[in-house]
Amino acid sequence: MSQLEIKNLHVSIEDKEILKGLSLTINQGEIHAIMGPNGTGKSTLAYTLMGHPNYTVTEGEIIFKGQNVLELEPDERSRAGIFLAFQYPVAIPGVTVANFLRTALNARRRAANPEDKGMPILDFRKMLKEKMDMLKMDHAFAGRYLNDGFSGGEKKRAEILQMAALKPEIAILDETDSGLDIDALRIVSEGVNALAGPDLGVLVITHYQRLLNYIKPNFVHIMLDGRIVESGGADLALHLEEQGYDWVREKYEETAEA
Amino acid sequence: MQEKPKVSVTRTRRDSAAKEFPFTVDSIPAGGLKDVRVRAWEAFKKFSMPINTDEAWRRTDIRLLPASDFKIPQEGAFEDLPVVPDYLLRPLTGEQHGGQITLLPGGSRVDLDPVLVSKGVIFTDIRTAEREYPELLNKLIGTVVKPEDGKFAALASALAQNGILLYVPKNVVVETPLHSILWGPGVDLAHFSHLIVCVEDGASVTYVHEAASPDEIGHAMHAGIVEIYVGKDASLRFVELQSWGRHVWNFSHERAHVERGGNLDWIFGAVGSRLTKNFSDLDLAGEGSQGRMSGFYFTDGTQHLDHDTQQNHLAPHTTSDLLFKGALKGKSRSVWQGMIYVAPGAQKTDGYQANRNLVLDDQARADSIPGLEILADDVRCTHGATVGKLEKEPLFYLKSRGIPQTDAERLVVEGFFDPIMQRIPFEGVRERFQQAIKDKLSA
Repeated sequence: MSQLEIKNLHVSIEDKEILKGLSLTINQGEIHAIMGPNGTGKSTLAYTLMGHPNYTVTEGEIIFKGQNVLELEPDERSRAGIFLAFQYPVAIPGVTVANFLRTALNARRRAANPEDKGMPILDFRKMLKEKMDMLKMDHAFAGRYLNDGFSGGEKKRAEILQMAALKPEIAILDETDSGLDIDALRIVSEGVNALAGPDLGVLVITHYQRLLNYIKPNFVHIMLDGRIVESGGADLALHLEEQGYDWVREKYEETAEA
Repeated sequence: MQEKPKVSVTRTRRDSAAKEFPFTVDSIPAGGLKDVRVRAWEAFKKFSMPINTDEAWRRTDIRLLPASDFKIPQEGAFEDLPVVPDYLLRPLTGEQHGGQITLLPGGSRVDLDPVLVSKGVIFTDIRTAEREYPELLNKLIGTVVKPEDGKFAALASALAQNGILLYVPKNVVVETPLHSILWGPGVDLAHFSHLIVCVEDGASVTYVHEAASPDEIGHAMHAGIVEIYVGKDASLRFVELQSWGRHVWNFSHERAHVERGGNLDWIFGAVGSRLTKNFSDLDLAGEGSQGRMSGFYFTDGTQHLDHDTQQNHLAPHTTSDLLFKGALKGKSRSVWQGMIYVAPGAQKTDGYQANRNLVLDDQARADSIPGLEILADDVRCTHGATVGKLEKEPLFYLKSRGIPQTDAERLVVEGFFDPIMQRIPFEGVRERFQQAIKDKLSA
């Protein structure tokens, strides 16, 4: 079973410490949600897991399938089975969704077998159409430039499409609900649920509880000031929905200051 | 036209011009163009070597051009030089071509579909044209590009041993594209070429010309002229590819004259040479004529490519659309200097020019200088110039999907060029350039 283990993670951006000793273990087949107020380090966690060069790990470990993730480049992490659905997907003008995805899939095949000739184009098209149908996307989408001029909803759907095509073992969804109307939220969530299962571990990062109405977590963690301060079941999210974050702040910021 | 501002010289530099060429009036080849060539030689003698106080040469330094070392290839010189590689001879425009010409140092090979011959299409090398079509050749030569246009134009006009005459008679539609290759191997050689393309009223043709040579140690040069005439309601699609070896100094003067209702689709691709200075002018001379100029270039190492373009709207209701895109690696440098000129009375013209550059290394440099000179009052002219770098975030995004750094860079660069590739309807040409991108990125 693939396991992502984060131990006592400390992360800084330009000498400012953002994550201050975060620990979390995610197994394949589990859905975890991390919730927390803005500026608490949720996206820093997501970017650090993927290996963004602006984030420096000063202490702690990330282990995935027994491998030290911190030694891997972002592309190696991806090929190992880690996926990040970006909060703000980046536009790549001039590169079509299809060309991009085919390059990504072929990179996986070539890493496994340097002699690989790449996925046959017909197989690729068939696969892509199936995934687009699942996400109720027009097939013309494959010919558009990646994230270039996409609406908020299209961007998030394109992220889930990539997730479906790349078949990760651990997926991190960074504020995937932001900027989505209720219909898009439902379609994206259905996509994630269709992919969830015993082979996929999911980490949902969200500010709001509403996404968790669609993607049911097994575990909910509350993050504050660079650490996980509370962990519980799905009911913890509902509690937050009703009570807001103030009680968490009161409970932990006071102890931090004490 | 307004007078260009004069550049005043405030200090003199020793050795500020390149050495002179060793050629004399006796270097002029014999044949039916002798008189034209002698006149061009007279013009040549009046030009001194360009120096970087000349406005057009301010950003392109040719002081190291070893002009005095160059020789003109002897008859049959190609027999002792590297042969033209097969991939250059393959059609770039679909399954087959209607004709192919290979120009070699001191020789040439010509092949033309007999059906086109029977329609009166002429597609031959300039030596054959001098023998077989002297009247037509003399009528066309020097009408669009004149020896007085510049030192290298005069030199090529006087000495061009190699060249092409493409003539498409009135209302003849050539369905299969024509293809020519100028293969210029060898060191210490000066290759000269003169291309003459005349598409008569109502005719149409697609023509691909490629100049190439292997990389060699030493120096070589090429000076070329391209003269294009597009008649009334005629249509020409002209693709020029330049993949000279890295030892080649490349100079060209090119101009297209488009008559009423004519249409020119002009595509440039440049990946080779040590240094290139190219002048390409589009003269929209007839009412309602249209021209599109699309350029791509990719430099690396210490290459220096300088494209000087001019879109001249000389008649009303003319449309021009220029897009040049370039990527630069290593310590290479590119210059694009463009001008849209609208003549008095050329009302309702629509002119567009844009130059976009992607600088991949800190030491590479792209200069982009757009210009407008508008002497009519009811026109629409727009321009844009950008120089950008390879950004971190798109690369991280691609890498986060398992794409290794080099492939991620290649995708971004290919994406950058895509708007130009969309303008090129030939898979073969696109593939050639994509291969060049791959080679240069992995070099």
